[in-house]
Amino acid sequence: MKGSGRTVAIVPAHNEAGAIAGVVDAIRAFDPSFDVVVVDDGSTDGTASVAASRGAAVVALPYNLGIGGAVQTGFKYALGHGYDLAVRLDGDGQHDPAELPKLLGPIERGEADIVTGSRFAIAGGYRPPLARRIGITWFARLVSLLTRQKVTDTTSGFQALNRRGIALFAGDYPNDYPEVEATVLVFKHRLRLVEVPVEMREREHGESSITFLRSVYYMLKVTLALFVAMARKYAIPEEEDAGR
Amino acid sequence: MTPVKISIAASAASLLLLLVVFELIRGRRLKERYALLWILTGVVLLVLSAWRGGLNTIAGWLGVSTYPPAILFAVATLFVIVVLLYYSTVLSQLADQNTLLAQRLALLEERAAQKSPGEKSGAVKEPAVPDGE
Repeated sequence: MKGSGRTVAIVPAHNEAGAIAGVVDAIRAFDPSFDVVVVDDGSTDGTASVAASRGAAVVALPYNLGIGGAVQTGFKYALGHGYDLAVRLDGDGQHDPAELPKLLGPIERGEADIVTGSRFAIAGGYRPPLARRIGITWFARLVSLLTRQKVTDTTSGFQALNRRGIALFAGDYPNDYPEVEATVLVFKHRLRLVEVPVEMREREHGESSITFLRSVYYMLKVTLALFVAMARKYAIPEEEDAGR
Repeated sequence: MTPVKISIAASAASLLLLLVVFELIRGRRLKERYALLWILTGVVLLVLSAWRGGLNTIAGWLGVSTYPPAILFAVATLFVIVVLLYYSTVLSQLADQNTLLAQRLALLEERAAQKSPGEKSGAVKEPAVPDGE
């Protein structure tokens, strides 16, 4: 299972017993050589055993860490096992492995350290509900302004990373809505981030259970985190950073 | 009416609080999640300190006509109580998680000892802090 020069698919999952088997199977169907690691973020519905039964490596967290902590666990796994490439897909099935070549292309050509699949890079794609759209637009504008690079989808968790990207996120990854702040982190560390347009499926299971008050709280928190991240000093990694 | 000196001193103190909180976050000694309440506290106190008319009006509503800055004190106390209560819930959650971690670690050690019998005495009995001379 361990190897170098190989790719690992990191799948964070919280109570996705109904969807996780399909996600693991789809990744395997796309490329049987990919190793799949499911990070079970304190699920109570048997997500871990379903994933294991499909042949995925399972890292089960003892309690719910939240999406950032779960995803970072996956990056630490990738770094520790010496993978050179990692892709990240959410456990609810909204990311289609068939889109992975678009993400992997810029990394294989050496043009990027981290590639994000964006739902909004092409017009007329995905249309989320108004409240979500306001938040997404706010962060896209703010992050684009701060990083002086056009970013259209700051909350996308559909990503591919080379070893530098893996090492960066294994060492430092934010928590709630981590992708927004992570974009600034990538910029401050001078890694190359590229967005590519992808299509995403509607989530197969469950609602995005975020109430209005919670979204206001997250907006404030993440906005604060963005400005703090901009005010921090970061080490610029050398060619090969050992990470943690 | 609120004395001008008090308005200035209270504004400066609120600004100082905000500055210290920001620096703590920047130095990674305080997480944003736990800083939001402090920032809210600082902003509310700053507004009430600097906006003298507002403080006097609120004092009027509450019938504190003799000494409006008492409202500043009351609001600050209220926020401190809320922050403390919130921290108590955070502390409780941490205690629960800590228990869970200790249990998981102990169970893992037991399993590791089963798998490699040669190291079992060391793996299981090893004290957390090595004995000194």
